[in-house]
Parts: sequence; C-alpha cells; structure tokens
Amino acid sequence: MDVADALTRSAYCAPRQIIITPEKQVTQLSTPVARSVPAAIRSVLARDRWALAGTVTVVVIGLVAIFADVLTAIEGHDPYTYDATALAPESGLPAGSFGGVSGEHWFGVEPLTGRDLFAIVVHGARTSFLIGFAATLVSIGLGVLIGAAAGYLGGWIDRVITWSADVFLGFPYLVFMIAIGAVVPVEFPRALLLIVVIGFFGWPSTARIVRAQVLTLKERNFVKAARVLGASPWQVFRTELLPNLWGPVLVMATLSVPGKIGLEAALSFLGVGVLPPTPSWGRSISAAIDWVRVDPAYLLFPGLALFAVTWGFNALGDGLRDALDPRSVTRR
Amino acid sequence: MTTLRYALTRLGGMVLVLLIVAFCTFVVFYLVPSDPALLACGKPCTPENLALAREFMGFDEPWWQQFLTFLGGIFTGRTFGAGATAIHCAAPCFGYSFRQNADVLELIGDRLPVTFSLAIGAAVLWVGVGVAIGVYAALRKDSWFDRAALAGSVIGVSAPVYLVGLLGILVLGFQLNVVPVGNYTAFTEDPVRWAWGLVLPWSVLAFAHGAHYVKLTRTQMLETMSEDFIRTARAKGVPERTVVGKHALRNVLLPVVTLTGIEFGSLLGGAVITERVFSLPGLGGLLIEAVHARDLPTLLGCTLFAGFLVVVANAVVDLSYGVLDPRARLT
Repeated sequence: MDVADALTRSAYCAPRQIIITPEKQVTQLSTPVARSVPAAIRSVLARDRWALAGTVTVVVIGLVAIFADVLTAIEGHDPYTYDATALAPESGLPAGSFGGVSGEHWFGVEPLTGRDLFAIVVHGARTSFLIGFAATLVSIGLGVLIGAAAGYLGGWIDRVITWSADVFLGFPYLVFMIAIGAVVPVEFPRALLLIVVIGFFGWPSTARIVRAQVLTLKERNFVKAARVLGASPWQVFRTELLPNLWGPVLVMATLSVPGKIGLEAALSFLGVGVLPPTPSWGRSISAAIDWVRVDPAYLLFPGLALFAVTWGFNALGDGLRDALDPRSVTRR
Repeated sequence: MTTLRYALTRLGGMVLVLLIVAFCTFVVFYLVPSDPALLACGKPCTPENLALAREFMGFDEPWWQQFLTFLGGIFTGRTFGAGATAIHCAAPCFGYSFRQNADVLELIGDRLPVTFSLAIGAAVLWVGVGVAIGVYAALRKDSWFDRAALAGSVIGVSAPVYLVGLLGILVLGFQLNVVPVGNYTAFTEDPVRWAWGLVLPWSVLAFAHGAHYVKLTRTQMLETMSEDFIRTARAKGVPERTVVGKHALRNVLLPVVTLTGIEFGSLLGGAVITERVFSLPGLGGLLIEAVHARDLPTLLGCTLFAGFLVVVANAVVDLSYGVLDPRARLT
C-alpha cells in the first residue's frame, strides 16, 4: 500500500490501539540481564574507552566540586569579591588578553565586576553537581517506588499511575518551572526549590521503565515463591525486586544527571534558577551573551565546563547501557 | 461508530489533560503569596485602592471561584470592572494582562508567528538532515562517515542549545560575518530576509536536535536492516533503493515521528532559550517578560498554551502511527 492510500484510509479509521508506543524506545532495558552491576561497570571501563574517558571527566569535575574551597584557596580568590584592579578602567573589560587569563587569575575575570572566573566556574561545579545529583535522587527514587507499585500491585493502582504518568508527560514542565521561579518568594531557598521541582517532574519516565521491568519480574518463580511464603509487597520490593532493578536504575540515573544539570543551567540562564551571587554556569553563560563579541573567554570557560560534564555522563551512561542491555547497539 | 467513539474519547482525554494543567497552574500561581493587585494598584497604594484593584481584577473571590470564572471566561468572555472603565475580554478569554493592558490570547497570537517560523524551519532541517545522516551512517557502518556522524551527534547531544548558539553567533556572525545576527523580519514583509535572518537559529537548533535523530535513526536502521523481511525483499530481487527507501525506512520512521511529536510539543519551552540567545521577539520572550513583570494572567495563558501544544502534538503522533504502521490501524 502506498502512502497516499494509507493517508486516506487513516483519515477514516483512526487507531484504537497503538501497538508501537513511545515506550518502545524507552524500555530498551526491559530484558533482564544476568550480569551483576559491578561486573558490568568493570567491563565497561575496561573495554569502552569512550565510557572510560567520560568517567574520568565526571570524576575530575566531581572532585573539583568537592574541593572547590581548597582549589580557590590555592589560587587565592573567591567567587564573590569584586576587584576593579583586574579591569581596564575605561571599558570595564578584563585587563590583559583573553579575558585576563594570567597566573593570578587562571581563567581570567568577569567583565564589569572583576570577580575571579576560575573561582566562579569551580564553585559553579558545586551548584551543578548538588542540584543535578539531588534532583536525580528525587526523580529516580519517586519513579522506582511509583513504577514498582504500579507493576507489582496492578489493578486500579496501576491504571491511576499509568494515567497520571501520561498526564505528567503532557505537562509543559519547562514553562511551568520558569513560571514557578517567578512566583515563589525570594526567601525560599532556591537550590531546594530547583531540586524539588526538577526532581518531581522527572518521575514518570523512570516509573514507566521500572513498571515494565517489574511486570516481567513479577512472573518469575522467585518472586512468586516469596509471595506464596507470605511476604508483604514491601518485603518483595526490597528483597526480590530491588536487587534486580539496580542495573536499569543505574543506567537511568547516569543518563538523567546531565539532563538535570542542563535543566538547572537552562533555568539559571533564563534568570529563574539559582539566585546571585551563588555561582552557576548557566547564569555566567547568560551574562556572557552581552560580552561574547569582545570577551569570548567569559563564555568559553563556563560553557566548556557544562559541556564536559554533560558529555562525560552521557558517554558513561551509553557505555553502561550497552553493557547491561545486549539489545542496545548505540555504538557498535 | 467505533471511529467516532475513539475520536470522542481521545478528544475528551485531551480536554481533561488541559483542565488538569490549568488547575495545577492556577492553584500554584494563586496560592503563592504574590499579589497582582498590589502591583497594579499604583502609588500611593491606599487600602481602599487595593481593595478596588482586587475587585476589578476579580482577585477578591476565593481561588476556586476564580478558577471557575476563568474557565467560564473561555466560553462566554469576561468583563472586568463596570461602567466607563470596564475592560471587556471577548469570548475565548484566556485571561487579561493588566500589566500590558491586553488580552492574553492576543499577546500570544502576536508572538506566535516568530516562534513558529523558528520551530518549523528548524524542525524540517533537523528531521530531514538528521534522518538522512542516520540512514547513510547505518548503511556505511564503521566507515569514516559513520564515525564522524556518531562523534558529531555525541557533541550535539551534550552541548546545550544556548552554548552552540552563542558560539555560532561569535564565529559565523561576528568573526566570519557570513550570516546576519539578531534581526527578525516578518515573513509577510519580505520572505527572503525572513529566511536569511533565521538561517543561524535554524542551523543551531537543527544541530542540537538533529543529533538525537542521527543516533536514533542509525540504531533503528541497523536493527531493521538485519531483519528477515529485508533479506526476503532482497532475495525476491527488489532493488536496493526500494529495500532501503520503502521497506526499511518505514520502520525507522515510527520512533522518529514519536520523537518529533514530543519535541514539537515541548517547542515553547525550548523557544524560550533559543529566542533569548538570538533576541527574537517570540513567545519565549513574552514568557520571560511576564516572569519579570510578575504578570500572572500572561504566565497562566502561556503555560496553558504550552500544554495545548503538547496535547495536540501527542494526538498527531498517535494518528500518524495509523498512517505509518498498518498494525496500529483500527480494524
């Protein structure tokens, strides 16, 4: 049948049952894999050099975030102090070439304020990692609990959860987050707000995958045996289901962290994320828009940091998925 | 009859989702301590003036009643105040912005062409180029082209749109001076200048989004080409062009359509960022202005409109399955 024919026919008969659903892409992880998670990680790092490079990137920037205070103490600056002496007096631009990069200021300084860009980028890593990890924890935690409940308990609980997930996926969350950033009072801790909001909107995709996984696990004999022996749903979840969910959960978490970090950066970029003077890569990039022509270094350092972290997590996550899911062929 | 029933259930579902979006947005915006009347009441703001402003805007009612009034306004229109100073908001009334003294729907309508120009042009480019590169990479697996496509797509997936956009402005706009930066001309005014002004935003968006399509198409194509029906088609003597173009591509297109639908649905969210980078006067700009002005009616209108886009995009995706996949068709 050709496409024109199909078009006319489908105009009269809309699909009642969709066989190929969007989940097809997301549930790539649905085959239970026998290999243990630590073994999978080891084999990924041994074989996949991209994943290894990604891991090294993530670990290095993670260490930078943890030891931000030590690093800025070695350099001798903090991200808050204005320093007019580092600026050219008439233009407000950093004194010296390429944004004022020097032995004194490793990444140069911010235009107009003279704050040290290295200190801002390093402390920005802390903001990014804190919000990225915490929001992922919230969304994966919620997603696993909700998805497992839907898959294991079934019945009306399943129907309500599946339906709510569909509604949530139809929710214009970015627009909503921007709007909520505007109406919540300034006194409310911003990092907490971002963690809660970003994390909360992330549960449906995780819940879908976990639900699909639990649906197959539920029919396996060891789960049936536990149920027959009188284990409560919570016990079954903790001792039978959860150990078998670690693989997909780890892949989902690894691939979800860069998304959350990017979201925080995007919101800060738009001026509704973390508030000044807390350093944030997104806000620095946003401020760099006005200076991009005369001081590209101001854009490059925070931009590269954000790109490196996102790339690192993606490379690691892709590698893990390849190792834990034999059907995935992303890079082979 | 089943078709009609399907269509009605589907439509009902869409309306229900929109109602929920409206309700959640409404509750959050109006329960948060922020008083739009206080902003509009002027100086000096006496308690009498404040009460008057509240009554004028309809903020003196309890929140649930305000929500019902809002819903009613969609069908019957609303009138704020009375007498000579009354403001009338005609029938599909999605709120009235007291900050900008304009009907929210009109505000959205004014900005919509810019955002659509941006999104549609970019989407055509990213789907077309992304799918083409993905298919070609899969057919030439492990060639230099395949590797370059994969490396490029990894960069595209990981680099935020605004970063690529700013680098594009810096390198192509300022250093090489090959594309114009930051001026939008309406299509109706001058189609050539319209397209030329949007070349850079389109390319940047296409690079960032097309990367997903390259990855997806390549994976899907590799999977499909190893299936039995492809071998059968080849064994029958079907020319390779038809095997790839008709048999394989049709399977590949399903997830591509899904992804396009999802991305198009989240168009407004993405537009906020792109429009800020390229200083385009679109819906994203409206939203950000509303945020800074604490313009609640406009925020509510934009959120609802964004929800509307998502819902419609999902419905279009579902319908297109019927076109692309006979198995998903109503029998």
